[in-house]
Amino acid sequence: MRSLKLKPGSGKVIRRILSHIKKYRGFVLVSFMLALLSVVLTLFIPILIGRAVDDIIAPGRVDFDALIEKLMLLLLCALISACAQWLMNHINNILTYRMAEDLRIAAFNKMEVLPFSYLDQRPQGDIVNRIISDTDQFSDGILMGFTQFFSGVLTIIGTLLFMLSIDPLITLAVVVLTPLSFFVAAFVSKRSYTMFYKRSETAGRLSALSNEMIDKLKLVQAFGYEEEAKARFFEINDELEKYYRTATFYSSITNPCTRFVNALVYAVVGIFGAITAMNGMMSVGSLSSFLTYASQYSKPFNEISGVVTELQNALASAERVFEIIDAKAPSYDRDGASELSGVKGEIKLSNVCFSYDETVPLIEDLNLDVKPGQRVAIVGPTGAGKSTLINLLMRFYEPRSGSISIDGKGSRDILIESLRDNFGMVLQETWLKSGTVRDNIAYSDPDASDEAVRKAAKEAYADGFIERMKDGYDTVISEDGGSLSQGQKQLLCIARVMLKLPPMLILDEATSSIDTMTEQRVQKAFAKMMEGRTSFIVAHRLSTIREADIILVMKDGHIIEQGSHDELMAKGGFYHELYMSQFETA
Amino acid sequence: MAPLFKCLEACFELFVPLVVADMIDIGISTHDIGYILSRGGLLFLLALVGLITSLTAQYFSATAAAGIGKSISNDLFSHILSLGYREIDEIGTAKLLTRISSDVTRVQSGINMFLRLFMRSPFIVFGAVVMAFSVDAKTASIFVVLVIILLIIVFGILIGTMPYYGRVQQSVDRVTLLTRETLSGQRVIRAFNRQEQEKKDFAEENDRLLSFQLFAGKISALMNPLTTAVVNIGIVCLLYSGAIQVNVGDLSQGQVIALVNYMNQILVELIKLANLIILISRALTSMHRINEIMDVQNPMTSEQAIEPSELSEPEGKSRNTVSLEASEALNTSAEDGSSASFADMAKASASPAPIVEFKDVSFSYGNGSAHVLNDISFSAAKGDSIGIIGGTGSGKSTLINLIPRFYDIDEGEILIDGKDIRRLDIKELRRRIGLVPQKAGLFAMSLRDNLRLGNPDAEDELLLRSMDDAQASELLEIKEGGLDHMIEQDGRNLSGGQRQRVTIARALSKEPEILILDDAASALDFATDARLRKRLKEYSGRMTVFIVSQRVSAVRDCTRIIVLSNGSIAGIGSHKELLCGCPTYREICETQMTEEEVKRDEIA
Repeated sequence: MRSLKLKPGSGKVIRRILSHIKKYRGFVLVSFMLALLSVVLTLFIPILIGRAVDDIIAPGRVDFDALIEKLMLLLLCALISACAQWLMNHINNILTYRMAEDLRIAAFNKMEVLPFSYLDQRPQGDIVNRIISDTDQFSDGILMGFTQFFSGVLTIIGTLLFMLSIDPLITLAVVVLTPLSFFVAAFVSKRSYTMFYKRSETAGRLSALSNEMIDKLKLVQAFGYEEEAKARFFEINDELEKYYRTATFYSSITNPCTRFVNALVYAVVGIFGAITAMNGMMSVGSLSSFLTYASQYSKPFNEISGVVTELQNALASAERVFEIIDAKAPSYDRDGASELSGVKGEIKLSNVCFSYDETVPLIEDLNLDVKPGQRVAIVGPTGAGKSTLINLLMRFYEPRSGSISIDGKGSRDILIESLRDNFGMVLQETWLKSGTVRDNIAYSDPDASDEAVRKAAKEAYADGFIERMKDGYDTVISEDGGSLSQGQKQLLCIARVMLKLPPMLILDEATSSIDTMTEQRVQKAFAKMMEGRTSFIVAHRLSTIREADIILVMKDGHIIEQGSHDELMAKGGFYHELYMSQFETA
Repeated sequence: MAPLFKCLEACFELFVPLVVADMIDIGISTHDIGYILSRGGLLFLLALVGLITSLTAQYFSATAAAGIGKSISNDLFSHILSLGYREIDEIGTAKLLTRISSDVTRVQSGINMFLRLFMRSPFIVFGAVVMAFSVDAKTASIFVVLVIILLIIVFGILIGTMPYYGRVQQSVDRVTLLTRETLSGQRVIRAFNRQEQEKKDFAEENDRLLSFQLFAGKISALMNPLTTAVVNIGIVCLLYSGAIQVNVGDLSQGQVIALVNYMNQILVELIKLANLIILISRALTSMHRINEIMDVQNPMTSEQAIEPSELSEPEGKSRNTVSLEASEALNTSAEDGSSASFADMAKASASPAPIVEFKDVSFSYGNGSAHVLNDISFSAAKGDSIGIIGGTGSGKSTLINLIPRFYDIDEGEILIDGKDIRRLDIKELRRRIGLVPQKAGLFAMSLRDNLRLGNPDAEDELLLRSMDDAQASELLEIKEGGLDHMIEQDGRNLSGGQRQRVTIARALSKEPEILILDDAASALDFATDARLRKRLKEYSGRMTVFIVSQRVSAVRDCTRIIVLSNGSIAGIGSHKELLCGCPTYREICETQMTEEEVKRDEIA
């Protein structure tokens, strides 16, 4: 058997797991009891069969009364054990699935409150894996592990006891011989490990290749790269076939080998048993029960050694899941924080400092005074801190020092939900939910009427293409907008905000993928919407922001210029340079 | 071969109870230790032969599984590569990916298990029945009934749970989707304060998953207990009828034990079978899903190209038959002259046959959905540069996607060198076209291999020239290893502008006759963009260029500009002509240029 040694620190994880299982201890207890019951009964059946055989000795020497009595008992045992087994399986299923669900939901809910500093740092695929596969692996491993381990141990002990009760000597022979199969198994698994490693490595390369080629399938076809792609795929696949074959073969040797050892045990039991029976020290029935035990004896050992690996996997998964569940989420609302009401939209930033990484300062000592209803355009090269400003306004991140206030109220003293309610946001990265077009527009206001949704879509110039889609507003769009063009996705995101009409707006490159013509229409709609609303616009395209009240020119986290378009053009600084580069011709 | 050896092994295993019966009946009753030992030796021998045959079988089944798995994934991969854009849009990349990764793996392990155990188990079951008959026909009838009942149970559960596992899988997919999209949309979700709703949705979907899982689980949890119970009942019957026969003297005690052993063997195999069934049924579901993909045919590949295209074989019939209202009306003689002179220089052909020609083309993406392009007609001569401008969803990208025949049109014809593209070899057609897509897709391979994507034989010299023309030469200096520099997947180690320039160089490396730039300069700054366009102009002798853009500045110097609006042509002509004659175009210009500039262009 493989060693049960676990990583240091796993003690903590195990304690954490146990505390999680506590909720289900009733189930666990019942499951164990049922396991006990079914194991005992299952083991008792061969004995009963043996005894029944003893009633059938020779012609004319059959004791029917005793036989029927034993057969009835046997029948009863079989039925009870079957019921117990089914019930146990069912309870185990409930346990496994429920626990996985619990963990999944707990991790998911945690994700909804974790700060962005946590979420942004981790690859998305990793978090998704933790929430989906690790929870499954954990609950599968831990419960199947425990129950199989438990019933396995019970079976071994029970078998030993029953065998001892029949004949200690032959039992000894069995006990001495069975470890043989483990040596064989260990030997084989050591050999196959390297092969399996190579196999999964090659499989990984193959899936990386097919991922890439399928992901860019259209491109592959456009460039006629199909044949080369196939050739590369076939080549790796040839290699994989080789490793698959050897790895599978090595691992599949285990079964026949243990079967061989079993057969040996069986032969030995047969010989010893027959001799003992011949000498009249054991009944033929007992011999028959013994043979049954001998053939079943090694099975639980195999199961248990499998359980160890499963438990180790489960622990590793548990650690990953609990890392999310136990991650600290700050409390976003301070004591005494209150709702914002009747927002005018005066926004003031004073001495704000912020950086994602403490060692790399980004925004330093930022001051900004926005009057209600003003339109603020933020321009500057990539990485100048434009999106960061939005992160701070929406309180996705908190400034390291300094303060932001709305209508003279510190933003930390406002309930975060209320703060966000008062901002309408359209981000550069369009995000749509899988669902109908209507659901997506109504995302900002789930209770909106159909009419309101259509009106918002019309205002965002999205109704044209929506109507052209197969099912209009009921068209289901798949994950991440599916077949919609980037521009269409953005129009939907705009419609989403149109529906809500909050007093303050944040538009991050909101129209970057819309052609200038549609953009202009949207701008008109925006302009109307922005009337009396404080708004922030981040854009690379200068035509979008010409009409802003304040233009913030950002560079390296600082606001280097601030003023209206005319003022800044007159100044002849960085903005002027940026603006003029647009019209450089060939 | 694997099943054969499995059968052999099973045969040897089936002899064991008979030998034991002999041991008991003859050995014990005659007190013959020698006999017992020799029978014991026989048991040992049977085990050894069993081991050898079974190892052989394992080897064959591993080989078969590896081979079959390989050919399935090879076929599937080849098939996926042959799908058309329409099919790709319909199925979705994500689905294709899971098919080729997890589904193929499941089928493969299913095959392996099938060969290893599925053949063995039925054989042992069947063999045990036959052996039982050889011992005693009367008692053996119990076996027949029993095996039939067991088969009904096993297959009933298998068939019964299959659809439920399908539903479980669907639900799992949905939960995964929710997780993924909620994670990527966290900012939006929090901005709209929809966390609670998302939590609720997620919990609901999880509850649905749980109920499916429990339901499917409840049925498959029946398998083991039910089969065990049935076998035990069988044993009871066996013992009873055996007892009667022994009493009469038709059967010996040892034979009864042998029969019981056979019964147990059936049970053991059935338990294995039952555990396998879940694996196999998963493999079947996966196989089914793979077949769904395999059944999707690309109508384009099934068609044979009627005649291979030839560059220097123009067909002069088209020009006179075509009537291009818009283009004709706006075409100036100066442009005709210039394109003709380019053609002369290139000595490609004296014929005026346009290299690309659309005749009344209409197109829609799906059955029944509205046309995305309506009645598009235009032509482009060799060396022309054609700008395409228009609103979002006006069909710009769709239009250029039709030229390499990524989609087949519903009405009209598209001609290349005067030939309908549906009659050209599709590979050959695409070889002549260099495409720079909106989204710069780069592959995880060296810069050189990326550039050679469409032209595997390209010399370094050509690649370097392309890089230079695409304004990407600086990359060779910055990045270690020059052309050998390894590009990461999706070009993650390059900036947006660098990626775009590499994709332009990649298209140029094909030395295409037709170059398509689908909004390809959006990440370039204005100065680089201008230099790039200047460089491309030098190619005009041998290359026709299509430029899709939203910037007037990118298309204003084109020989002709096509203005698209809601899938129809709103105007065709040069920048100047359109400024005067096309209100839609003028509107676009006015949003992007100052009034003075517009006026200046109008007069110039």
